[in-house]
Amino acid sequence: MKLSFSPEDELFREEVVSWLADNLCGEFEPIRFRGGPGDEHSFVEERKAWEQKLAEGGWTCIGWPKQHGGRAATVEQQVIFNEEYARAGGPGRMGHIGETLMGPTLIAFGSDAQRERYLPGIRAGREFWCQGYSEPSAGSDLANVKTRARLDENTGEWRISGQKVWTSLAHESQYVFVIARTDPESVAHKGLGFFLVAMDQPGVTVRPIEQLTGTSEFNEVFFDDAVCAAEDIVGAPGEGWKVAMGLLGFERGVSTLGQQMLFQNELDEIVRVARANGAARDPALRQRIAEAHIGLRIMRFNSMRMLSGGGDDGSLQKEAMIYKLYWSSWHRNLGKLAMDVLGAESEIVPEAPYGLSRLQSMYLFTRADTIYGGTNQIQRNIIAERALGMPREPRG
Amino acid sequence: MEFRFTEEQQMIRDTAEAFLAEVSTPAAVREAMVTERGYSEALWQQISQEMMWPALHIPEAFGGLGLGFVELAAMQEQMGRTLLCAPFLSTVGFAVNALLVAGSEAQQSHYLGEIASGKTATLAFMAPGSRPDADAIQATCAADGDGFLLNGEYRYVLDGHTADILVLAARDPGSAGTAGVSLFVLPADTAGISRQWLPTMDQTRRQARIVLDKVRVEGDACMGAAGQAWPALAKILDLATVALAAEQVGVAQQSLDSSVAYTTERVQFGRTIASYQAIKHKAADMMLKVEAARSAAYYAACIADEALAGRPLGSGLAEAASIAKAYCSEAAFFNAGCGIQLHGGVGITAEYDIQLYFKRAKSTETLLGDAAWHRERLARQLLDGGVA
Repeated sequence: MKLSFSPEDELFREEVVSWLADNLCGEFEPIRFRGGPGDEHSFVEERKAWEQKLAEGGWTCIGWPKQHGGRAATVEQQVIFNEEYARAGGPGRMGHIGETLMGPTLIAFGSDAQRERYLPGIRAGREFWCQGYSEPSAGSDLANVKTRARLDENTGEWRISGQKVWTSLAHESQYVFVIARTDPESVAHKGLGFFLVAMDQPGVTVRPIEQLTGTSEFNEVFFDDAVCAAEDIVGAPGEGWKVAMGLLGFERGVSTLGQQMLFQNELDEIVRVARANGAARDPALRQRIAEAHIGLRIMRFNSMRMLSGGGDDGSLQKEAMIYKLYWSSWHRNLGKLAMDVLGAESEIVPEAPYGLSRLQSMYLFTRADTIYGGTNQIQRNIIAERALGMPREPRG
Repeated sequence: MEFRFTEEQQMIRDTAEAFLAEVSTPAAVREAMVTERGYSEALWQQISQEMMWPALHIPEAFGGLGLGFVELAAMQEQMGRTLLCAPFLSTVGFAVNALLVAGSEAQQSHYLGEIASGKTATLAFMAPGSRPDADAIQATCAADGDGFLLNGEYRYVLDGHTADILVLAARDPGSAGTAGVSLFVLPADTAGISRQWLPTMDQTRRQARIVLDKVRVEGDACMGAAGQAWPALAKILDLATVALAAEQVGVAQQSLDSSVAYTTERVQFGRTIASYQAIKHKAADMMLKVEAARSAAYYAACIADEALAGRPLGSGLAEAASIAKAYCSEAAFFNAGCGIQLHGGVGITAEYDIQLYFKRAKSTETLLGDAAWHRERLARQLLDGGVA
């Protein structure tokens, strides 16, 4: 076992740190530490400009192969980039869905024409994507999508009708990738297609969802005979599930250490508050602050295990299978801890009518962490059935 | 970054697993745990002479195998999984580490050689009713010519009634806290030492009371400079804590595995009960605990290696040890407790093994500071700006 990064990786780290120091300043100073989860509605125009700045420096899509405009950065280098980006206060990435989900999916499953058409816009930080997966009746049971795609025999185009929900950044995106049913008679994961759809057209309507924080990161997206060109289906009709699941496999944990840096910033703020207001002298709160610290450190050790590979031979990486359940539960507890450390002050909203502080917003939004991306209950099913080999629940 | 076993480490782990599956069977554990000695001497000879496990991280110069702390943790994890009854933690986790950290070359050469050839050892520092910090040291050492005169009483000494070699912590009369602490290493049959087995709830590991009545030792029994041993002892206890945390990972793992096996066989309402989400979700929570515990314990083992080698990352030993012990203690207890629940009625019988894991989980939790103790130690670092 070795805990340190290689000298080459440390040189890469220096390059990242110095580029960020030189560029994440001036006009971009106000967006440092902004636009993360729960704050994605903030500074949208500035963050779009920042995406282009990143692209100019060659810091978008660094994990992509060189022939598609990436740097072919190793997993370690991607981890380092994400970690240093978060440490420097890099704003929430507008382009992350295109960069981490859409791009790799097109590289793996797309046609040459699709790659030529769509990858450069993502790479340049000019075209943003959102994800059309969940529907009102397809949440945890994602295969239950009802959105339909019908081939218009007159025009040769696809026509898409239905509703998606929980779509982050839908109102800021030019494109959405959609799973829709190409075979109206099909059920579950058969008979689906994976479509690339332009948002700016009469058949697409976006309606923001106001959340418990009073802000709206998520949207409903309605498709009413929305047009999708014949060549904008990824894979063949009926292969949509394979593509959709492949897409979910691309994330590979490279953003975990970056995410943990955001968590560390939050915990540091809680510690500052506790030291200032005397909560640091309360024995019960001391225990909980220490527990939060322990939990975050172990989250890092666990990520280091994940990133050190294993599982190449097809064996399960159990430490990777617990990750979502682990971080979401930890973060939810951190939210409550933040309020308890603040005490009576936790109720007071800094700006009328409902301009929450960072910790208040974090506290409320962490309730979403244990739901999106696979609820804790679904995570436990997956762990029990895939990692522990316990029998599957009979499914209706 | 390679935070995973090397091939050689994996092999050592697999060998330990296979050997222990054969010798530390439930029947063997139950046989050993009702004896006063607490372990089979024949098995200890096999472990120390055939397998050479006590010599694992003793340098080759002293007759050891010269391996590292990660290998030790891997082995300790497997011992926890099978509840091995043997004076391994006391001899290796405590005494070998004490000699490596604080022993003079002569002491290392003599005692590490003896341990490598099958002798057992332990470390005593806690007065009755104390917690595992510097104030626990109440035995005294007074200068007596070229040597020292030791007096006092220790409790909770692992395998203290059977160990061949003792490492003892004592303090200058009238001193308090971290000042005035000394460490001594001596044969257990030195005149004036009386030792007595203390029966324990967890019968798979022995504890003893040791009383020192005017025990006269020569100056060369003192480890390092007299009166200045606290930093060394703190480091030794942190190293032992890391080894213990790795053992707890094994306890947590086996509690999960046996519960999955039992609930997969047990049928109620016409279905194996492992197919119910109420059972599966509990098992999933147990797996989360054990995997996170494993990450914590092996990180700490890597840091322990750095600390023993005197490299910079080793300065994180106290923090890594506290993180590992706080988390692994609760993981082992949670998993063993859930294990009893998942076994249903048979879980509280003497016949099923889960109760033995439940007891081992608790004894290891208490030993060397429970989760709350370690969290408070971390809180002092985080919140008080001081050092732990």
